[in-house]
Formats: sequence, C-alpha cells, structure tokens
Amino acid sequence: MDIVNKSQNKERSVVSRLWNNKDARSVIIQILTIALVFAVLSIILHNITVNLAAIGKDFSFDFLGHTAGYDITFSPFLDYTSSSTHFEAAIVGLLNTLLIAFCGIILATIIGFVFGIMRLSNNWLINKIAYCFVEFTRNVPVLLHILFIHGIVIQLPVPRQAVNFIDSFFLTNRGLFIPKPEWGPNSWIVGLCFIISIAIVFILRTWNKKQQEKTGVIYPIFWISICIMVLFTLGSFFLTGMPLTWSVPELRGFNFRGGVSVRPEFVALWLALSYYTASFIAEIVRSGILAVSRGQNEAAGALGLTKSRTLQLIVIPQAMRIIIPPLASQYLNLTKNSSLAIAIGYMDLVATIGGISLMQTGKEMETMIIVLLTYLVISLIISAFMNWYNRATALVER
Amino acid sequence: MNSRISAIIAGIGVASLLSFSVAAGTLDDVKKRGVVRCVVTTGLAGFAYPDKSGVWKGFDVDFCRATAAAVLGDANKIKAVTSTGKTRFTKLNAGEGDVLWRNTTITFSRDNGVPLRFHGVNYYDGQGFIVKKKLGVKSAKELNGASICIQTGTTTELNLADYFKTNGMKYEAVPIETNDEARQNYVAGRCDAYTTDASGLAATRSTLTDPKNHIILPEIISKEPLGPATRHGDDQWSDIVTWVLNATITAEELGVTSKNVDQMKSSKNLEILRLLGVNELSGRKKLGLSKDWAYNIIKSVGNYGEIFERNVGVNTPLALKRGLNQLWNKGGLQYSPPFR
Repeated sequence: MDIVNKSQNKERSVVSRLWNNKDARSVIIQILTIALVFAVLSIILHNITVNLAAIGKDFSFDFLGHTAGYDITFSPFLDYTSSSTHFEAAIVGLLNTLLIAFCGIILATIIGFVFGIMRLSNNWLINKIAYCFVEFTRNVPVLLHILFIHGIVIQLPVPRQAVNFIDSFFLTNRGLFIPKPEWGPNSWIVGLCFIISIAIVFILRTWNKKQQEKTGVIYPIFWISICIMVLFTLGSFFLTGMPLTWSVPELRGFNFRGGVSVRPEFVALWLALSYYTASFIAEIVRSGILAVSRGQNEAAGALGLTKSRTLQLIVIPQAMRIIIPPLASQYLNLTKNSSLAIAIGYMDLVATIGGISLMQTGKEMETMIIVLLTYLVISLIISAFMNWYNRATALVER
Repeated sequence: MNSRISAIIAGIGVASLLSFSVAAGTLDDVKKRGVVRCVVTTGLAGFAYPDKSGVWKGFDVDFCRATAAAVLGDANKIKAVTSTGKTRFTKLNAGEGDVLWRNTTITFSRDNGVPLRFHGVNYYDGQGFIVKKKLGVKSAKELNGASICIQTGTTTELNLADYFKTNGMKYEAVPIETNDEARQNYVAGRCDAYTTDASGLAATRSTLTDPKNHIILPEIISKEPLGPATRHGDDQWSDIVTWVLNATITAEELGVTSKNVDQMKSSKNLEILRLLGVNELSGRKKLGLSKDWAYNIIKSVGNYGEIFERNVGVNTPLALKRGLNQLWNKGGLQYSPPFR
C-alpha cells in the first residue's frame, strides 16, 4: 500500500501538489496578492520619481517654512499676515475647514431632524413641504446649491444701502454685521454665577430623578431650571453694574468697522452644505423612527404616556440606534464636501495650502499629500467619535 | 518567505518596465499629432476667448497659431487647453499642453521653483485696479479698508499683499477662481475694486454693460512681464517658442507684414531674406523647422504689431495703447535678437 501511494505522488508535479493542498494554496494566493499590490505601488512611485526628475523637480517639504506672501482675510482664530509661512496658511485653512464642518454638522443635524419628523406628520401640508424639500434638495449636486446661495447672497445690497435693523445689525453683500459684546472688568462674576446656576440645576435634576423613582411625582423641572439660570445670571449682571458694552458696527469708508462680521462666503457655504446634508439626514431620521415597531408606541399609549413623552422616552432612543451609523457617513460627507469652498472663495484647506500655496511654490505633489492626509485624519476622527457614540447608545443585550 | 520576497522583486521589475514618462521630444510629438496644444485662459476678452462659433481667438491664441504655423505650416492646427490661474502650470508640466500662452508673469520662483522655461516677453504689463466711478476714488492710495476681488493663483495676490502692507493700508481680499467670476462679484458690488494686470482690466471693462461707469486707477503697482512658457528639459522645443516670438517682433521691425510678405521675398535686405527663408539661417535644421517657418507665421498670423492691433489695439473694444509694447526704436521695450 505504502509503496503504491508514494509512486503516485511522485507522478503529480510539485506545483499541482501544492495547489491541491488547501494551506499551501492560500499561501500562494497571498504571495501573488502581495506581489500585485507592491507592483502597483512601485509603478506609481517609480512613475512619480521618473516624471519629477524629467521636469527637474525635487520632493521636499521645505517650502512649508517659507513666507507665504499672500493674505487670507478670513482667519477668525489666528493672526495671519502675508509674512506668515505656508505652514501657518495651511493651519488657517485647516481651522476654517473645521469651523465650516463643525457649524455645518450642527445645523444639518437640526434641520435634518426637524424635516425628518415633519415627514412623519399626519398633517398633509407639513408632510408634503418636508417631502418637497427633501426631494428638491438631495437631487441637485451640492456645488450648484453652493453657487446658488452665493449668487443670492452677493446680490444683497452694498454696504452704503445696507439693510438696517435698529442701527446695530446690518445686512450687506459683504456679510452680516452684528454688535460685538465687550465685557467689562467685573464680568467674570457674571460668568461664575452662570456656572454656579448650572451646577445647582444639575443637583436639582438628580434630586428630582430620585424623588420620581421613590414617589412617582414629576416636578416641572424644566421651567424651574430655566428660572434659576435666568435669575442667577441676570441678578449678578445687574448687581455688578452691567459690565457689558457693545461694539456696534459702523460704516466707515468702504466697509463696516467694529462689531462681528459673518462673511457671505461663509454663510453661503454653511447654509448650502447644511441644508443639502440635512435632506439626507431627514430621510435617515424618518427611516429610523419608522423602524421602531408600532407595538412600542401602542404599549407606551397603554401605559398612559403622552405622545411627546412616548417620542422622547420610547421612540427616539430606539430610533437613534438605527440612525447613528448612517448619520456618521453624512457627517463625513459634509466635511469632505466643504472642500468645494474654493468655488466661492472661502479660504479652507483646499484653497490655502492646496490652492494658493500650491500655485506659488509649484509643489503639487507635496501640497496634495498634505491635503489628502489632513482630510483622512479629520474623517477618521469623526468616524472614531461616531463609532464610540454608537457603542455608547447601542442596545445592551443580556 | 523567500518566494514572497522574490515575488516582490519581480513585481518591482515589471513595474519599472511598465512606467511611462513625459516625453522629452515635444516637437516630434507635435508633428506626429499634427496639432499644437496651447494652454490658454478660460476666457479673457482680447487675449484668449472662443468666438460665437467656438473658434479660439485673441492675442495669446494668435501666438499659439504662430507656433503652429512655424512647426506644422498651418496656423489652424491648434488646440486650446483651457486652464485657470491655478491649474496652468500643472497642465503644462503634466503634458496636457505643449506650450503655455496665457498672459503669465515671468518670475524667479516660477522659472526655477515650478519649474518652467520662459522665452521672452510678448506683453509688458503691470497690475492695476478698476473701480466704479460713483465711488469717487481717484487713486489706489484711497483704497484703505476696501474689499478687493483677486484671481487666486496669480502674482497679483502677492503684489496686492505687498502693496497694501508697504502703504500701511488694510483690505479684504476676496479670492476668485476665474476672471468671469471676478467680474460678477465686482459688478454685484461684493468688492469695491477688482485687481489684475492692466491689460486684463481693459479686457474686463470692455465686456461690462456700462464700461463708461468704471475707471482704471492710474497706479500700476507691479511689473508683469507676460510671456510664453514651456517645460524644463526640452531645449529644441524651447528654442522654437523663443524664436517664434522673436520672428514676429523682427518682422515688425523690418516692416514685413502679412500683406507684403510675398513681395518682401525679393527684398534687398539680407536679414529679411534670412527671416523669410530665402537665404539659409545656420542652425535652422537643428531646430527641426522647415525653411519657410517664419514666412508661414507672418503670412498667416502677421507680425507683432498686426497681432497687437487686431486683438487688443486702440481700434478694438479693449483700446490698449502700445505703450511699453512699442518697438525699442519707437520708445517701447519690444526688442528681438537679430536673425543672423
């Protein structure tokens, strides 16, 4: 028996023996895959080196330390001038990207939830308004929304014919100018009182929860909290002699000076990105709520819970588990879509380091690598946060 | 494990065989293709714009046509590759175009940092400002606090920052991608002034519905020598572009025009005869050009003065005077090395 088997094995070639062995085959396939991946990578790398050498370019990031030479008007967080470096320009761009992403995510979430719930309304008109909003918005490319809103915003009146509310708020095509609070010397007391009032409210709520568990009595805790906070803050404000003045915008020369200005480019990008993303979020919210079984609603009704309490305590917590994973993708989309900012001149990451710096230094490869990696990091952070939140709200199975 | 490593090495070997690069022989590519691809603007009246039937016209386009006439013997064999201020060098260096005729300022960093090869100046320009008359502004020095539209990715951005810093003034920069968008923002009053090269301002003003209500301020805040560019590392093609430009200037200096070029072939002036290929120019064959290359340029496109007057001169909507672009012996700066 033994001898026959051996001779048979010898007849089959080494390759086919390896191929017919399950473990060996898997190793072979893995080797081939790795070789393929490396081959593609090396084609790309080799191509880059050859072509950069052919046009006489080197690969280095030294330019980041050189003077940028251009101005970025919209830099709300950093003091940037034309003598700052390309690196600082990149940071300004990054902060502007983060600002638009942060503001956009908040507004998109609010609008999205409102329209998502409106979509479920029994009121025919409200339902259809939400339906039309969603369908008109999400079926048009986001770049057109941005250009559309920007087109409207720059047709607002020029500063000399500004829309004027009580001589303090001015709406122009250079932006919305609003008074800026300037806090006096004792204003920290007001801030402290505000924080104390929050602490008191927090203690009160904990106490109230215990009371409810013990006796079942629910106090109108929401209104009590509001009263405490308003009384504390306003009281301390008047007692310290109103340590607050307003810097009111004023037309001087070409533009308004003083106050806070919200630039039209920011507004256009913010609104367009927000309502565009909101149309997707609305559908996610609707599907999340519809996915909660009717039985849950009916059971809550049978227990005597009001409609709003049912939504608040039964439906939304269960819907959130379905809503959050696709919601995370929408947040990522919004952040990445913000790179369209250059179309209307909002100075984000792509417009600064990936735009003007690229142009002034001719470092296409390097600047694009920086931009790509930065977006990757931002997206991974958002992803990680949403995953954490998802786990935190997930159903604890027993 | 060993086989894994050898597979990787084999992969890299295959990869290096497969890789491709931007070919150095632009002239051969152009001849094989039968078309000169020029990187031009996305549209700037007088300089490069598609007319009603979609044919590209303008000052820069005429130089592109001159290049095609020299290389291929037919000025119509061109393809316009449009680009914004930001994408022009990338498009050229990536091989999407053969030559850049796109009112591009020659600077040290562009020549060496991007890098590019420049070939002389086909338009001497400088940066200026356009404002609405009703603002009552008479000088750029009165623009403190103004909002100013700029085309991003240009030298104007840097000049503007320098100028306002030097004069201790503040401004709000409104960066815009293309000339058309800049015009829209300026017209809507998003910015008080629009700044670009004076020639570009004249071009923009000519396309406004009410050109008379806008003025170009007297200050010219920079030197903007505009000229063609090619990729580094192709000396033959670079020399061709250099001498295409020189041929148009020399032709004007010698009084050779598209109308009299045939008579001029029997001229007594030896430089004219060399220019038009009646007498041989030593080194021409190395350039890979036919004997009548310059004749073809002048016959089909004209000399420098004709190109200027046809596209941007005083009888066009742009109404630009020759100024610095007059020939050197008539008070300007246009000067070509001799054809000898």
